[in-house]
Amino acid sequence: MDNSERIIGIVRKFSNHTALPDPDESLFDSGLIDSFALPDMLSELEREFGIQIPASDLNPRKFESLARIQSYIESRM
Amino acid sequence: MAAIRGFGAYLPSRVVTNAELAAPLDCEAGWILDVSGIEERRYAASTESVASMGVSAAQQCLERAELKASDLGMLLVSSGSSERRFPGPASAIVHALNVDGIPAIDLPMASAGSLFGMALAAPLSQIYGNILVIASEKMSAIVSRQPLERGVVPLFGDGAGACLISPESGPVKILDALLNSDGAFADDLRLEFSAPLEMNGRSVILQASRKIPSAIAGLLERNGQPASAVKVFLMHQANQNLMDRVARALQVDAAHFYSNIRHYGNTSSASMLIAAAEWWRHPGPRAGDLICFAAFGAGFHWGALLAQTV
Repeated sequence: MDNSERIIGIVRKFSNHTALPDPDESLFDSGLIDSFALPDMLSELEREFGIQIPASDLNPRKFESLARIQSYIESRM
Repeated sequence: MAAIRGFGAYLPSRVVTNAELAAPLDCEAGWILDVSGIEERRYAASTESVASMGVSAAQQCLERAELKASDLGMLLVSSGSSERRFPGPASAIVHALNVDGIPAIDLPMASAGSLFGMALAAPLSQIYGNILVIASEKMSAIVSRQPLERGVVPLFGDGAGACLISPESGPVKILDALLNSDGAFADDLRLEFSAPLEMNGRSVILQASRKIPSAIAGLLERNGQPASAVKVFLMHQANQNLMDRVARALQVDAAHFYSNIRHYGNTSSASMLIAAAEWWRHPGPRAGDLICFAAFGAGFHWGALLAQTV
């Protein structure tokens, strides 16, 4: 499974909907991820990819879309 | 070692239900309860101010601690909603309590101000004697600023709390405190003069859900205590979901987190002391109980304080 598929799997786990948005579409504006699901989703991403997201990077914009999540995760691996 | 002698609180008499807010916010009362866990909140009368509510909480605290205002050596007054730039409410409160002359210091901090006040009062009490920490907020005056925000207005309420900290004698000893500040996200929760409250809820929740458990865990670890040893967590009543999340992160039953947010909403820096005042009356401290206070707020400022019943 590539990184993109692993990320989609995690987003689906915390999503309010079954459909997934386009890679650049906002997970927040589309209603897929709400404010309280976001911290849990990031914790799961940390576990899945074996990374630690520092407090200074806990900016929702960095994790707003599938593409941004993948870009951030791969920059930390 | 500093000790807590007691708490006091003041809540305005006017109860504002979700049904009352639903029409001006163009939403359903049930929606407010679903998204916030808040059923009602209190709004101060137009004649009530941050200072007058603070005085009422202070007087109740002194009465419960069986002390007189003349026994005080200092006031620390926290508020993020004071009516003017300066002087802050501390000077009005020291005058109303008829103890002009002692130092009365304003902490212009929303949400975490009461925790910072308690943590600072502990060592300062060794110099100044009895210190009354007061937190008072008139959030209704803030959230009523136009344009009304559906995601903000229902969350907040008015009220005041107080805590008496003595240099040595008292039923609850203060063991340790851990305070933190980080300005990197200062714009994500802010109140400019004469402007509506600005809140990036996602950022606040994301930061708070990491920083609060981390502060509590760090404080407990350096005191050699597991989270399971804490009898009650008295937290800033920001959001029920957030409190439940902190409990989960610490692997503690949420029942150990005292909650009154359903009835008062988020009263910013006053909320932790109002919760403590209620808990103190019922069920109240028992010998050996570990008590953990925690708060997080605009700044961001956050931390935790550990105390134990004698």
